[in-house]
Amino acid sequence: MKELMLGNKAVARGLYEAGVCFISSYPGTPSTEITEEAAKYPESEIYCEWAPNEKVAMEAAFGASLAGRRAFCAQKHVGLNVAADPLYTMSYTGVNAGLVIGVADDAGMHSSQNEQDSRHHAIAAKVPMLEPADSAEALDYAKRAYEISEEYDTPVLLKMCTRVAHSQSIVETGERTVPEKTYTKDIAKYVMMPGNAKKRHPFVEERTKKLIAYAETSGINRIEQGDGSTGLGIITASTSYQYVKEIFGDRVAILKLGMTNPLPVQMIRDFAAGVKRLIVVEELDPIIENHVRSLGLKVEGKELFPICDEFSQNLIAEALGEPVPAGKTLDVQIPGRPPVMCAGCPHRGLFYTLKKLDCTVLGDIGCYTLGAVAPLSSIEMTLCMGASIGAAHGFNKVLGEKAAHRTVAVLGDSTFMHSGMTGLANVAYNQSNATVIILDNSITGMTGHQQNPTTGFNLRGDPAGRIDLEALCRAMGFERVRVIDPYDLADCERVIREELDEDAPSVIISRRPCALLKHVKHKPPLTVSNDKCVGCKSCMKIGCPAISLKPSDKTKTGVLSCIDQTLCVGCGVCTQLCPVDAIHGKE
Amino acid sequence: MSNRRETKNIMIVGVGGQGSLLASKLLGYLLLHEGYDVKVSEVHGMSQRGGSVVTYVRYGDRVYSPVIDRGEADYIVSFELLEAARWLPYLREGGRIVTNTQQIDPMPVITGAAQYPADLVARMQAAGAQVDAIDCLALAEQAGSAKAVNVVLLGRLSHYFDIPDKAWQEALAALVPQKFLELNQKAFTLGKEA
Ligand SMILES: Cc1ncc(C[n+]2csc(CCOP(=O)(O)OP(=O)(O)O)c2C)c(N)n1
Repeated sequence: MKELMLGNKAVARGLYEAGVCFISSYPGTPSTEITEEAAKYPESEIYCEWAPNEKVAMEAAFGASLAGRRAFCAQKHVGLNVAADPLYTMSYTGVNAGLVIGVADDAGMHSSQNEQDSRHHAIAAKVPMLEPADSAEALDYAKRAYEISEEYDTPVLLKMCTRVAHSQSIVETGERTVPEKTYTKDIAKYVMMPGNAKKRHPFVEERTKKLIAYAETSGINRIEQGDGSTGLGIITASTSYQYVKEIFGDRVAILKLGMTNPLPVQMIRDFAAGVKRLIVVEELDPIIENHVRSLGLKVEGKELFPICDEFSQNLIAEALGEPVPAGKTLDVQIPGRPPVMCAGCPHRGLFYTLKKLDCTVLGDIGCYTLGAVAPLSSIEMTLCMGASIGAAHGFNKVLGEKAAHRTVAVLGDSTFMHSGMTGLANVAYNQSNATVIILDNSITGMTGHQQNPTTGFNLRGDPAGRIDLEALCRAMGFERVRVIDPYDLADCERVIREELDEDAPSVIISRRPCALLKHVKHKPPLTVSNDKCVGCKSCMKIGCPAISLKPSDKTKTGVLSCIDQTLCVGCGVCTQLCPVDAIHGKE
Repeated sequence: MSNRRETKNIMIVGVGGQGSLLASKLLGYLLLHEGYDVKVSEVHGMSQRGGSVVTYVRYGDRVYSPVIDRGEADYIVSFELLEAARWLPYLREGGRIVTNTQQIDPMPVITGAAQYPADLVARMQAAGAQVDAIDCLALAEQAGSAKAVNVVLLGRLSHYFDIPDKAWQEALAALVPQKFLELNQKAFTLGKEA
């Protein structure tokens, strides 16, 4: 049947048809929907779970492959850094049943903290990487990846990018078949200690040679001769292929790569021989380009196209001298619309308090990273998941007690389980006076509401094991574990002050579920009494999207506050800021 | 090729959380069933938190790029006035903007760091755009729910398409839950007649 399907859903469909039985992933844009869509198939066919982090997810998938069932795990590009350790050695052990690793890059950084190119991991780990250019290929390559994995005894990387992952295009679906293998003990293959690994490394090198032969002849890389009218020969892959086709149609010859590691050699030489001008069009780093150059061929690439940011059809056209349509412009400044914490977001009250106390806030990654944005402008550092605690420890160690009395590490519940726990272990073990605030909103918010080990529910929303944060922190040696409600500003301030003053490390759990969760009951929207409001703008300090100012000649400042009745969820944080008691709930 | 249908481009823009997903789904469904090659591209993640969001819908005989670039959009369908203006550079020569007149202040305006520009409809027209500016919120409420703004906009958009009303109605019926169908049909008609 023909269907319009999201790239990530098409991967999930491919996994289903390939007979995958086990998926363990950690969410991360733009990879998340692969696992969410796969979880819509019956659990008896594909078991799906959210693991605490990518490393655990990949190891779980490896275990399932070892046991003889086709397995998968997905992550965003930076997630593969976390899982790099198992990946690099899985390359040596190889697999039993097929094992495919989904990784989604984010050129343009729509939702990421860096713009790394995950093809480097494929090269360094010496594993094959497939790169679909639309949903139909996503489905097809997902299935193909399992054939390659089993045939060549290797994990296979399936690389998505934002524009393939989050675009819908037409696919044709097929049937599911489930190949199974049996597990047999094989110490020489699966126990990677030096003596065994020494024998596996040459296997890896041999495998790469065989995979190059596959790249040359299997048809996964293909040449489109075109009409030869421009003399251009373009080597490209993934979404860049679509932009090239959009501009040139059949006017150029194209070597379309479906497998970007290892790269073919003879095929590229033959292609180059038939064109006047050889150009590589690839987003991010010049990986294909450097390979082509290493073959001694004359090629153009990054002198024409940028390394930074994503491509588009106009960018390709402009670089290659094709016409580009002019866009209309307005003679007026259009204010930006950056993402904001939602109305009623429990993170807001906490960051207001941290700003008020003039804390040095070492942050982390999640919705709460928006605590760095005006007017809260509170977070001063965000690096990678879990880094807040590690950094606060180092920060306090070198700057001493004075800094420790005003520095806090701030991270979410999911981030804490992902990689904050090990940082906390360091604080407990190497004894620094860190104050760690866990923003427990009972969900993984940023990536669109995934369950995690602290929520008590699994990926399907069924009851699951639940880790007790307070008990965990105590067990790790923290005597001071406090719980606060971020809607209660006075209490937040008191407890944070106390813990900063104390000469001992502490954990403060700021607990209040995400305002967007379906089960959260909201109070009716609040209103501002025009008679009482003096236009002092105190309520504007929290950056709530539901509060704005309207002109008025009644007040000295010439404005009155007003609250949007469709956005306000009655959290009452603004009420606590109003010096004249002008904000009230409906009577 | 003489009978090749050129690729057409529709952008759906708005503020994260405004419900542009149904609009793009509906268009995708409709165009697929009309026999076109279709690509729909969305952005998930960070910008959904109240940021500026855009969805691209492209259709024709053969669609390659999943995105629409500057100067390419035949239509910009906007849930909010400022967003229509923000994406104006993407409109092609002779293109049309179908926009809700609702204004939602972005954070820089709320904090006073920037101003919400006045007279945006006139300014966009002066820049050469054809603009349908409609109070979709009022029409949606008239149809029975503020949430039906998306369908009001599509009703208006349907004006300009060579696709029979029946096909639009089928797409609605296929994608809207039965209990909200009548409401949405009304919203569609109100938009169309606006
Ligand atoms: C290594 C890595 N994996 C995944 C992500 C994607 N990601 C960004 S924030 C986040 C989770 C945030 O959840 P939580 O800590 O609970 O905070 P919330 O968003 O709910 O406030 C994830 C998974 C990432 N940035 N880095």
